[in-house]
Amino acid sequence: MSRLKTLVRNEAGVPPLAGGHALCQGCGVPIVVRTVLNTFTQPVVVVNATGCLEVATTRFPATAWNVPWLHVAFENAAAVASGVESAQRALRRRHALPAAEEVAVVVFAGDGGTYDIGLQALSGALERGHRLLFVCYDNEAYMNTGIQRSGATPFGAATTTSPNGEVSFGKAQQRKDMTAIAVAHHVPYAAQATASHWHDLSRKVERASAADGAAFLNVLTDCPVGWGHEPRRSLEVLNAAVDSLFWPLYEVVDGRYRLTYQPEQVLPIEDWLRPQKRFAHLLRPEHADVLDEIQRRVDADWEDLLRKCQGGDST
Amino acid sequence: MPELTTSNALRVGGVVVPGEAERPRTGGWRTGVKPEVDLSKCVNCLLCWLYCPDSAVVLDGTTFTGFDLTYCKGCEICAEVCPVEAVTMVPEETAP
Amino acid sequence: MIETGLRLMTGGEAVAEAMRQIDPDVVPVYPITPQTPIIQGFAKFVADGRARAELVNVESEHSAMSAAVGAALAGARTMTATSSQGLALMAEVVYIAAAMRAPIVMALGNRALSGPINIHCDHSDSMLIRDSGVVQLFAENAQEAYDLTVIATRLAEHPDVLLPVLVCQDGFTITHSAEPVTLLDDEAVTEFVGGYSLPHPVLDTARPTTQGPFAMPDYYFELRRSQTEALEAALAVFGELSAEYEELSGRGYGPLEAYRLEGAERAIVALGSSAGTIKDVVDDLRTDDERVGLLKVVSFRPFPAEEVAALLAEVSSVIVLDRADSPGGAAPLHAELAAALYGRGNELTGHVYGLGGRDLHPEDVRRIFAGEAERYVGLRGEPCPV
Repeated sequence: MSRLKTLVRNEAGVPPLAGGHALCQGCGVPIVVRTVLNTFTQPVVVVNATGCLEVATTRFPATAWNVPWLHVAFENAAAVASGVESAQRALRRRHALPAAEEVAVVVFAGDGGTYDIGLQALSGALERGHRLLFVCYDNEAYMNTGIQRSGATPFGAATTTSPNGEVSFGKAQQRKDMTAIAVAHHVPYAAQATASHWHDLSRKVERASAADGAAFLNVLTDCPVGWGHEPRRSLEVLNAAVDSLFWPLYEVVDGRYRLTYQPEQVLPIEDWLRPQKRFAHLLRPEHADVLDEIQRRVDADWEDLLRKCQGGDST
Repeated sequence: MPELTTSNALRVGGVVVPGEAERPRTGGWRTGVKPEVDLSKCVNCLLCWLYCPDSAVVLDGTTFTGFDLTYCKGCEICAEVCPVEAVTMVPEETAP
Repeated sequence: MIETGLRLMTGGEAVAEAMRQIDPDVVPVYPITPQTPIIQGFAKFVADGRARAELVNVESEHSAMSAAVGAALAGARTMTATSSQGLALMAEVVYIAAAMRAPIVMALGNRALSGPINIHCDHSDSMLIRDSGVVQLFAENAQEAYDLTVIATRLAEHPDVLLPVLVCQDGFTITHSAEPVTLLDDEAVTEFVGGYSLPHPVLDTARPTTQGPFAMPDYYFELRRSQTEALEAALAVFGELSAEYEELSGRGYGPLEAYRLEGAERAIVALGSSAGTIKDVVDDLRTDDERVGLLKVVSFRPFPAEEVAALLAEVSSVIVLDRADSPGGAAPLHAELAAALYGRGNELTGHVYGLGGRDLHPEDVRRIFAGEAERYVGLRGEPCPV
């Protein structure tokens, strides 16, 4: 059976995250959530950090979730998940759990709840090696609170707290390499993926869930409102992120890097920037130097990544 | 505000059971277009099912049967990803 | 009555022992003085296979309480410990734990809040989270710390309560001082605490629930009120469980302890280890026919206001001792007494003492009873008017 049909079969007509939520038109987050959760055949428990996904899907007394779902606060999803995972471990040892099948613990957090305020709890969970899958839906800013910049916001992007203006070209700092931070914890599995490349994402979820320990997935996810593009262009924009090498797709298995996608034709960085209003100002002549810096950095990071992948399989 | 007889009517800790309360009918978000499918062109690639953020694509097994527009927000991703242009966006009178 | 004999133990050791006997499933821990003997003692039990818990060495107290909420709501009996800055750091999650009705038992080694940084005892940490909706019980000594921890397990998990319970013991004074403690034997504790069960464990995937939803103004108010009702119910439940515990151990507890209040004209109201000092002074003064007494508060939250008013009805002069201050306002225990006694005709005065671990001496208590103590007891420099 094809992977897509497998996802359909796993969903079995009951979406883990159903329609009837307040996420924006064309929001990439539900695509990520359903692709990830429908890859599992075992039961799952979702731990969700505060953010768009949590707020928009659970306005009391309604819920769009059909799987067990737990939200506590913004910065602690990984710690809460550590508790759930430890509970399962403890109860299983005492034979006190009803189902024989292991329940997968899956965390969904935005970039804010992963790169910034969530970093400490994530680091602790990764270091302790709990059996859980942490999925960051990275839309590169604090979207739920009004498009404020985060540690994941790209260099040069305009956000409401790093706007471009008379004396500013937008965010003046480079984005954190969160995937590298995860890898530095010696986790069995870490990877980058996107909402658009669903097949790649689903395969990575499968590999991550087989890991004997903590797994980290950094998933670039579109935000039509925050990024400034028509909802229907969401997947086109994400494709440009991958094909311009802004967001390479790779995995790190027990410390060994492996590319999972290599574009046949590499696009210039403008193709990633142009469709998004948050980068529109960078295409003006006065910001040519910023544009050049972005291209230079993307190229340098790609070369770095290729070097890390050397010695292992590629594609 | 909806009536609530006593605070004891709520579950312990504000726990919510799926399906007990009606979810917001986000079909009301559409502003003039809705998706439509020409099933004679559809090849059941299932991409619209995968990419719909609001689970508006209805399947029978792995066969696309049509849209449930209750929650469809009109984002047009389905029309965009359809490889055979079986799905198109057509005008719709805005709901009263 | 089942007894295992007297042992010399610190309050920290006694609570670690209680934890071993209670046998929780998950114990997230993060160190902070002066609760460390508790988590160290328990860690040794785990390492020796004498306790079966998943010991989770988290990377901060915020994560300790977060992991505890996750574990407790998942369906596991969960305990942890903290003090002072640790409690301050996890404060956000303490409120949420109460709102989500997570029955966590937490040992609190009462320690002063910074600044300046100080590792000794006062009650400012407890008072920081007094509005959080958790139960707070105060022990007078190591024995009480042990007993209250066992009772707290049933209290937290009682279906009418389902709230975190903090068992507070004065840092260093109780946590690190060795005293005679009578332990129950393991089977007695096992039987008393029973099994753990929740209405909606998150790991019950056959019955999925959404826990920790987003609430707008149309529901937040009722959701909060329902949580408060549970805290208020805890008062009666604590009484019932204490009666059951007394049958088991011979040691009885309640939200309050009235010490020689019969015929008292003056009574001190206090929390924690100072009650022991005050009892000694009360005994001395009573031999000189001074009509003095002590009302020790065990359950600070929920506060037993009606019972307090009833017990102090005939006491003309009530003196409240706070081991925490509320700058710019009424000190916490004083404020509770003022609310409880309003309109009832008692004379009410208040003192603040012992901040940052400064001792309360018997001579101080005598001066307090005599009405000769400064408002900030033992403060050097210009005395503040009473």
